[in-house]
Amino acid sequence: MALAAPKSKSNVASQPLLSLHNASLRLGNRTLWKDLSLDLKPGEFLAVLGPNGAGKTSLLKVLLGLNSLKQGSIELLGQPPHKGNSQIGYIPQQKAFDRDLPVRGRDLVHFGLDGHRFGFVRHDQAAWQRVDEVIKEVGASAYANNPIGRLSGGEQQRLRIAQALLAKPELLLCDEPLLSLDLKSQQAISELIDSYRKRYNTSVIFVTHDINPILSMVDRVLYLVGGKWAVGKPDEILTTKCLSQLYGTPVDVLRVRDRIIVVNTVDQHGSSGQHHVGGGEH
Amino acid sequence: MNNLPFYLSQPFAQHALLAAAIVAIICGFIGPFVIMRGMAFAVHGTSELAFPGAAAGLLIANNPLAGALVGTLVFATIIGLLGVRERERDSVIGVILAFGLGMGVLLLSFYHGFAAEATSILFGNIFGAGNGQLLALVLIGAGATLAMLILYRPLLFASVDPDVAEARGVPLRLVGLLFLLILAFAVTEAAQIVGTLLVLSLAITPAAAAQRLSARPIMVTTLSILFALIASVGGLLVSLANGRLKASVCITFVSFGIYLAARVFSYRSSQAGPSRA
Repeated sequence: MALAAPKSKSNVASQPLLSLHNASLRLGNRTLWKDLSLDLKPGEFLAVLGPNGAGKTSLLKVLLGLNSLKQGSIELLGQPPHKGNSQIGYIPQQKAFDRDLPVRGRDLVHFGLDGHRFGFVRHDQAAWQRVDEVIKEVGASAYANNPIGRLSGGEQQRLRIAQALLAKPELLLCDEPLLSLDLKSQQAISELIDSYRKRYNTSVIFVTHDINPILSMVDRVLYLVGGKWAVGKPDEILTTKCLSQLYGTPVDVLRVRDRIIVVNTVDQHGSSGQHHVGGGEH
Repeated sequence: MNNLPFYLSQPFAQHALLAAAIVAIICGFIGPFVIMRGMAFAVHGTSELAFPGAAAGLLIANNPLAGALVGTLVFATIIGLLGVRERERDSVIGVILAFGLGMGVLLLSFYHGFAAEATSILFGNIFGAGNGQLLALVLIGAGATLAMLILYRPLLFASVDPDVAEARGVPLRLVGLLFLLILAFAVTEAAQIVGTLLVLSLAITPAAAAQRLSARPIMVTTLSILFALIASVGGLLVSLANGRLKASVCITFVSFGIYLAARVFSYRSSQAGPSRA
C-alpha cells in the first residue's frame, strides 16, 4: 500500500509531475476521499479504480481545475491546477453524436488546437496540416472526413486521442475511454495511448472500471472506496486482503485464466455483486 | 408585377431590403447552433415573448421594438440562469411562454390605437418601420453578428462536446448565456420582419437546409446565412412585385422551398454515394 520504490523506467525524474498531499475532496456534504497522498512521475501509468461514486472522475476534475480540494495540497507541473491547462490532454468515454451533426472527424480533432479560444477564426493552413499529421499518427485518416455522428465508437476514440495529443500534453487524463467499445477496439485504443506515453514520456491517469485491457501497461493502481484509498502496484492492491480491508467487508479476488475478478459479497453500491478489476499473466 | 422597378427606387423599400439582409445574416448565423444545441423551442419561446414585450412597448412608449427587445432579453436571461439541462429548460420555456402570451393578449386589450400595429407584431410589417427603427435594426444586427464572430469557436466546441470543452477551459455557462442573449437580439430582429409567429422560418429553416448539404461547420454556417439571405431578400422582392402578398408569407414560402430543394438534393446525392463530407 505504501508508495513503491521509484524505479524510473524512463528518464530520471527529479520532480514528480503531480503531487497530492493529504488531499480531501467534498462535494456537497459528502466526502469523496480524504488524506490522499500521491506522487506521479513523468511517464508513469496510473489506473484509478473503484465503485461508482467513489470520486474517480472528481479526481480528474480537480486536476483540470474544475473542482477544488477541501483540504490538503496539490501541485501539478509545478503549480496549482488551473482551468484550460494545455499541458493536459483529456480523453472522455465514447458518446453518441447526432447522425446529422455538421462536424467531421477532422473538425473534432481541430478543436484540440484552438477550439476554446474566443476571437475571429482565421484559416490557418499550417494548423490543418498539424491536425492531419496527428490524425495519421493515430491511424484515423481513412474516416477523418466523415461526420462524427456516423463513426463507430473505436473510430471516434482514435480521433479523440488525436485531439488530446495535438497540444503535446505532459499528462493524459482518460475517463473511461474504453467504455462501450468492443474488445478489439479496447485493445487497440489502450495500446495507442500506451505507445504515445512511451514515446513522449507522458504520464497517464486512466479511470476505468475494468483494468483487464490495460493491466500489462499499468505501473500503479489507485483504488478508491467510500472515502478510503490504496495505492500501489496492481499485485499489491488487487488482492483479497487489501480489497477486503478497503471495502470493510469480505471481498474475494479470483484469478480466472488471465483475468482477475472481484467478488463482493455485500455490494453497497447497488451494481452487480461482481466486477472486474484486474487480469494479467502474473 | 411591373411595379418592382418603381418600388426599388423608393427609400422605404431600399431600407426594408437592407433591414431584411441584416436580419437574415444574424439569423442564418445562429441557426446551425440553435439546431446543434437543440434550442428550436427556446427560439420559439423567445420570439413569443417578444409579443407581450412589444405590446407593452406599444402601450407605454409607442415603441414595440424596444418593448420586444426587453421582453426577449429578460426571457433569455431567465432560461439561461434557470434551465441548465435541456429537459428542464424546455419545461421552463413552456411555462413562461404560455404565461407571456396571456400577458400579451391582456396588454393588447388595453391598446386602443390602430389594430394594424397589433397584427404587425404577430406577422411582421417591415414596410411600416420608420427610419429610427430601421437604424436600430441595422445596429443591433451588426452588433450581434460581431458577437457571434468572436464567440464562434468556443460556442461550437461547447455545443458539440461540452465535457471536453469544459476540460479545455471553455466557460460553458458564460458561453451558453451569451448565446442566449445574442439569440434574443436576433429573434427580436427577425420578429420585425416576419413577425413573432414566423421567426423560425429565418432562424431554423435555412440552417436545417444547409445541414443537408454539408458536414463542415464553416460551410454549414455560410450556406445557412446564404439561404436566409435568399429567403429574406427574395421574399421581400416577391412581396413588392406582387403587391398583395405579405412579406412574411413570401419569406416563409421561399425559405421552405429552399429546405425542400436541399432535402431532395441530399437524398439524390446519398443515393449516388454515401459520403456527404
